[in-house]
Amino acid sequence: MPDQLLFAMEVTLNGLMAGVLYALVALGFVLIFKASGIFNYAQGVMALFAALTLVGIMEGQVPFAHLINAIFGTEIHHFGWHVPALLAIILTMVVMVALAWAVQRFIFRHLVNQEPILLFMATIGLAFVLEGVGDIMWGADIKKLDVGLPQGINEWIDITTFEAFGYGFFIDNLDISATIVAMILVAALIAFSQYTKQGRALRAVADDHQAALSVGISLNFIWILVWSIAGFVALVAGIMWGAKSGVQFSLSLIALKALPVLMLGGFTSIPGAIVGGLIIGVGEKLFEFLIGPMVGGATENWFAYVLALLFLVFRPQGLFGEKIIERV
Amino acid sequence: MKLLSMTVAAVMAASPVMADLVFPSLSYRTGPYAANGIPFADGYEDYFTLLNERDGGIGGVPARVLECETGYNTEKGVECYEATKGEGALVYQPLSTGITYQLIPKATADGIPVHSMGYGRTSAKNGAVFSNIFNYPANYWDGASHAVNHILDVNGGDISGKKIALVYHNSAYGKEPIRTLEELSKKHGYELMLLPVDHPGQEQKSQWLQVRQQRPDYVLMWGWGVMNQVAIQEAANIRYNMENFIGIWWSGSENDVLPAGDGADGYKALTFHNIGSEYPLYDDLQKYVIDAGKAAGAGDQVGTVLYNRGMYAAMLAAEAAKTAQKISGTAEITPAMMRAGMEALEMTEAKMAALGLPNFGPEFSVSCENHGGNGLGAVKQWDASAGAWNLITGYEASDQDVIGPLVEADSAAFAAESGITPGC
Amino acid sequence: MFYREAGDFSTTYSQDSQTFPIKFDRYRYYVVLAIAFGVIPFLINDYWANAVFVPFLIYAIAAIGLNILTGYCGQVSLGTGGFMAVGAYSCYKLMTGFPEISIVIHVILSGGITAAVVTLFGLPSLRIKGFYLAVATLAAQFFLVWLFNKVSWFYNYSASGQISAPERSVFGIIVTGPNTEAWAKYLICLVFVTLCAIIARNLTRGSMGRKWMAIRDMDIAAEIIGVNPMAAKLTAFMVSGFFVGIAGALFFAVYLGAAEVGESFGIDKSFLVLFMIIIGGLGSIFGSFAGAAFMVLLPVFLKNVFVGGLGWPTDLAAHLQFIVSGSLIIMFLIMEPHGLAQLWRLAKEKLRLWPFPH
Repeated sequence: MPDQLLFAMEVTLNGLMAGVLYALVALGFVLIFKASGIFNYAQGVMALFAALTLVGIMEGQVPFAHLINAIFGTEIHHFGWHVPALLAIILTMVVMVALAWAVQRFIFRHLVNQEPILLFMATIGLAFVLEGVGDIMWGADIKKLDVGLPQGINEWIDITTFEAFGYGFFIDNLDISATIVAMILVAALIAFSQYTKQGRALRAVADDHQAALSVGISLNFIWILVWSIAGFVALVAGIMWGAKSGVQFSLSLIALKALPVLMLGGFTSIPGAIVGGLIIGVGEKLFEFLIGPMVGGATENWFAYVLALLFLVFRPQGLFGEKIIERV
Repeated sequence: MKLLSMTVAAVMAASPVMADLVFPSLSYRTGPYAANGIPFADGYEDYFTLLNERDGGIGGVPARVLECETGYNTEKGVECYEATKGEGALVYQPLSTGITYQLIPKATADGIPVHSMGYGRTSAKNGAVFSNIFNYPANYWDGASHAVNHILDVNGGDISGKKIALVYHNSAYGKEPIRTLEELSKKHGYELMLLPVDHPGQEQKSQWLQVRQQRPDYVLMWGWGVMNQVAIQEAANIRYNMENFIGIWWSGSENDVLPAGDGADGYKALTFHNIGSEYPLYDDLQKYVIDAGKAAGAGDQVGTVLYNRGMYAAMLAAEAAKTAQKISGTAEITPAMMRAGMEALEMTEAKMAALGLPNFGPEFSVSCENHGGNGLGAVKQWDASAGAWNLITGYEASDQDVIGPLVEADSAAFAAESGITPGC
Repeated sequence: MFYREAGDFSTTYSQDSQTFPIKFDRYRYYVVLAIAFGVIPFLINDYWANAVFVPFLIYAIAAIGLNILTGYCGQVSLGTGGFMAVGAYSCYKLMTGFPEISIVIHVILSGGITAAVVTLFGLPSLRIKGFYLAVATLAAQFFLVWLFNKVSWFYNYSASGQISAPERSVFGIIVTGPNTEAWAKYLICLVFVTLCAIIARNLTRGSMGRKWMAIRDMDIAAEIIGVNPMAAKLTAFMVSGFFVGIAGALFFAVYLGAAEVGESFGIDKSFLVLFMIIIGGLGSIFGSFAGAAFMVLLPVFLKNVFVGGLGWPTDLAAHLQFIVSGSLIIMFLIMEPHGLAQLWRLAKEKLRLWPFPH
């Protein structure tokens, strides 16, 4: 096989893997948008916050150490213990649930029935607050996140493809784990929404708020629940992205990678987020590979959006979005 | 609105006036580059604290560091500049490409010198055009030349036919070395391959797959922030030989290599100052600043690469101030005297040893025509098992035959565009 | 007592349809203008000009532009940063290409060029609506930033890709470049702001504005009563682009003096301007000013209180500034979703009856 074709295949495979990572972030958006009509810009910052909290707990950092030291003149930084990854993940989830409760209690309970753009702006305000709190709580340095996921080239794929084509494909082990985790996550979400009482209540709320209220579903509870689940998804995304680059401020910018995925897949569809992620991942990687060198490269940022835009012109509600019915 | 303006006015009026030497520190302890901004700002401030505690200031006049948070944001940088310049600021260290470009015309008009140490506008080396801008001891084009020289050294002087890739941040900063590398490729006959990474650089699969497929012999990197960590991680993932991967000095701090763990072992980066804390000065720092509880920030950055760089910048500023005091014969210098001091600055090994920093930086001298020093730089290498950088070369010269005309051309273009008549 | 309509008669149609029909309102605006033109230029210094007034005035123009698109016509745009970059780069190219022509004309032409570009990027709005459109405008944002970074013609092939504004003057007074006096900077921006506000105010209360609002309130219904949605939406994009382009040109030429596209016109600019119009009030010219003032002053004020007043470390202050700004934004949205302009409207209602509220 000619080299170019092999290279393109490798790029495509890696694009699929990158797409899974985008989809992981996009999932959090979809969950919240479906249940409450809130376009949650803070999803990226939530991923950062969750990852920061996870690392902080694992390393035994004292939260707000900098603030405490500044006020009381003390010199505390660490508790001096290390928490195993699994326990730390559970503790982080407790924090994320508390966050979900606080968000619901202090922000969105007061904004019921407001226009979507206002809800959107409120989430940007929330993003500001979380950024500040995250930095004060855990410090602004870059942290290494190690929850025991394998990383680096997958030997087996490398050798197998080398034997088959004479060129070993590169697939990152971390991407493979991300794919597996994403599959488990989606399966769990589907199982949850199909087979549990809360899950069915969630779907009812997503369908029609008022009808759900009238059959006795507590909207408040459902919204806390959905923010908690989004918090969990954010944690997973934070772990995957954090393992790549270390946990640091820029993690919050992954939200921007998820937006074209949302446009393409539709704001309300979980399979849409996955398929959208894959299309964006492959599309932008192939474009950079084939056309990028001709126009000077670094096209990925805008190409994802343009690709999504092209799709939208033909399907304004996204690939899997609910058909928009307009009435006067 | 009225109440607000009154409060702000009151706050501004409350600040004291010119009784000391003011060194503004436009730091960023927040935002995407906080991890790099914190150690630099700490080092900068600690050195002046040391001078105040140990020597009672510079020439008997206490130094005051005015810290202003920019968050790496250009507009906040402008605000900081305007807020601090009225207090008699002697020299600005913007520590951001964007803010430096902002301040080049502004500070020149206000007569305040700017020291962009190893960043900013490279052609500011030409002091005849950029009268108030200094970028000693080395600049990006020197850096590009250092990297190529190092590759030449490793290959016994012949790199024709080799392929060198440049992975760069797709911005003004990242594009700096391209022209130099192109010129050098004509001279040495290597093939240059450009791989831009868009801001912020979290996703670099495409670039590193290209590296894997095209197999360049060497990869150079002009990266900043999260881009560095991801690039080093991806290079380790594709099992690129880290010894052939060389970063600019802004891609060579502990922050950049630590997240990749053992994978980063052998990674090289350029530098224009020494590393570690094995210097007599650090004993004084420990005694007068850290043990006395006067360290800036959390005090946990001492001896890191960027802390040393901040301290080095402060040391050069203090030495320039001393030179200025000597020239003007007064201890309370003005920005104009400071500028003259910077222009007459000469760093020798004897001077550095006397300061307790033997062999900490290259020897260089500044003149009216040459605001960029002698352009010496070294290469360092990361040892992951020891968790430390090691200098593997001495301070070596860059290829001024190639860089000189480039500086000349770019500064001439700037002079024509802004209507400056070059002259000393 | 002072703010009343009694005794304020309109005897001609033109009197009845003027911008400020109430006499007190009218005089108050004259006083504000008189202070802005007659008093502030004599008091202003570099700090106040560069940290507060000039950014405020320029952002006010951008906010008016975005408000026309989002507040009046209902099309959410997240591309403001990129569109401002179009204004800035066209201004740079015009300034360096035709140095003999007045900078005022260059700024206006930059507005025109931006209007054309924005209209082009507004085309998808005919198909795409709501948040999908908002995210689609991000395509414009990222593409434009990439383009200005990549094509070196836009920055005259300089090695670094930075653009810097050469010195230009109006009536012999230097208005761009480093030697500009604070008052000159302030005045040129003020003149542009005043003109833009007057144009915007009159556009929005004319037939064009009513068409935009009809589209905003329900586009299908508007179509049925005879509003051409294509014309209405595209004119909104065009007018909005004109203002945003002027803002971008001034932002680069007068305020910053040197700019790099990714840093100065990134996505956070888009969000900042959107914040301004939402805090200020969607669909209100006054709201654009109030929002711009709020978002420019708040960080400066907080910083001066935390660092200057309380003497806290700058990093803690910066973090707290984030938290306080975020919380204030949320609080505003909760307490007054229609923005500062609505607060102002309510205050006026109260004043009308004061001191006898019953």
